Amino acid sequence: MNNVKTVYKKSAGLTDLPLSYCPGCTHGIIHKLVAEVLVELDVLDRTIGVASVGCSVLNYKFFACDMQQAAHGRAPAVATGIKRVRPNNIVFTYQGDGDLASIGIAEAIHAAHRGENITIVFVNNAIYGMTGGQMAPTTLIGQKTTTSPNGRDEKTQGLPLKIAELMATIPGATYIERVSVHNPQHVNKAKRALKKAFTIQKENKGFTLIEFISTCPVNWGMTPKDAVDWAVDNMIPYYPLGVYKDKTAGEEK
Amino acid sequence: MSKVLMKGNEAMALAAIKAGCDAFYGYPITPQNELPEYLSKYMALNGKVFVQAESEVAAINMVYGAAGAGARAMTSSSSPGIALKQEGISYMAGAELPAVIINVMRGGPGLGGIQPSQSDYKQITRGGGNGDYYLYSLAPETLQEAVDLIKESFDIADYFRNPVMIAVDGLIGQMMEPVDLDKEVQKWDLKPKTWAANGDRSNRGKNIINSLYLDPYDLEKHNLKLKAKFDEMRNNHQRYELVNMEDAEIAIVAYGSVSRIARTALEILSEKGIKCGIIRPITIFPYPKLAFKNLPASVKNLLVVEMSTGQMLDDVIIANECRLPISFFGRVGGVVPEAEEIANKVLEIIGGENHE
Repeated sequence: MNNVKTVYKKSAGLTDLPLSYCPGCTHGIIHKLVAEVLVELDVLDRTIGVASVGCSVLNYKFFACDMQQAAHGRAPAVATGIKRVRPNNIVFTYQGDGDLASIGIAEAIHAAHRGENITIVFVNNAIYGMTGGQMAPTTLIGQKTTTSPNGRDEKTQGLPLKIAELMATIPGATYIERVSVHNPQHVNKAKRALKKAFTIQKENKGFTLIEFISTCPVNWGMTPKDAVDWAVDNMIPYYPLGVYKDKTAGEEK
Repeated sequence: MSKVLMKGNEAMALAAIKAGCDAFYGYPITPQNELPEYLSKYMALNGKVFVQAESEVAAINMVYGAAGAGARAMTSSSSPGIALKQEGISYMAGAELPAVIINVMRGGPGLGGIQPSQSDYKQITRGGGNGDYYLYSLAPETLQEAVDLIKESFDIADYFRNPVMIAVDGLIGQMMEPVDLDKEVQKWDLKPKTWAANGDRSNRGKNIINSLYLDPYDLEKHNLKLKAKFDEMRNNHQRYELVNMEDAEIAIVAYGSVSRIARTALEILSEKGIKCGIIRPITIFPYPKLAFKNLPASVKNLLVVEMSTGQMLDDVIIANECRLPISFFGRVGGVVPEAEEIANKVLEIIGGENHE
């Protein structure tokens, strides 16, 4: 038994509550990455997270740090309020695409615009999950949802909004990257991106946003495996992965 | 400390600094702009936070975040802006967060106008946003009273863990009066904010700021907990002033700027030998029903005067419990009632010239 070693365990950044997410949804992976990064950067004790409205609304229970639950779309404003009075704390929001890209787009843009020293974890699954699968600003052309039953039509419903590209145009933003968690290689890459974002905040270098391509097997009407394949085949081509802005580029590592 | 001559909006801003306000989050709207303008300079000089938000909606949610992190936070706005803030105000009431909100009222509905009004009475006294909640709401009539109540309101908000609304109109915001900023005000017995989500987990475990209760039995319990606070406000914290009520045969019910004008009406009536008093609510939530219970038997009529079409009137009808006849006089749209017309209305009610 002396040879038994712990090779993996749940991050101390998460509580022991069971997650409320559907099978195959990638929120669980993204929660794990956020939790691990907060622990590895040794900031968990001084972190204040902001939960949003949507599938991840209950994550104020799941993250082990202090948490505030924000109104729909307002998490970046709530985070601004917190960070300005507690500048030595680490502050992050965790928002879906309905929350951030639609009702909360103004709060997201202006938090970046002011260069708030916060981190936004943005999870894009191209649909409103919690409310039962309605069309989001990020829903792809032709994608069927409960409010685009014939598939999203460019003429009446517009083209899907590219948040990472949009946020990269805001002069106040420091670091913007889009990642995916569809396989272990990309999970590791996503973790590096998150770690970079939180490190930038820790060093008081400003606003960071990491967009995650995510899945919604239940509302997409697919098995978990098919949902991952659909995200790779359809979402990533429209939402290319990569670093969209890095004001810290060229600085010494 | 001696008195200084200040504009209302600036005096209210300085009162907030004196009260230990840590952070102000606001958005421009007339007629309250001098308040954030003043704070944009002096909060920084005092090492405090000032943020001009992208909207009223964002500003109130910043207040939510700061209050949730344990800071003394405030915002100010005017009627249409307060309407936009209702989302965050409701969330704060739900999450039991203290904050001070100053409403320098202007005419409505819609974009309305920028002149003084009291037409937000219902928006202020009925909660304002979604859900079952109230704000402790104070309606000062002078700059001195506004300054004193704002200083105290941060304590009141902390005591109840609930937002406090300061209800003034554009007249109070824009007028100049001598004020003593250092007058002692009542101190409340406050507990440390051990509930705050301020990133201090290692010392006291994890804290959560939240207004979500998915289990209806949990939410009912939470609603009843909140109700107990509002009941305590109603039972023990009504505030009002009775002016000239001894032997009065009629009482004017008026608050804020209008009660000041009513004082001048009293002088006009006194010259005519008419004994008129004023019931002046200082809290408009909780409504000072007590003031109506103990009126002298000489009072035979009530006259409600407001800068609205009769919003407080409903509360007077409730508080009066069908005892006395109630009349109403209102000017609206930013028109301020004149003392003469209030006096004339009193004369009309009690019989005018024949009265003598």
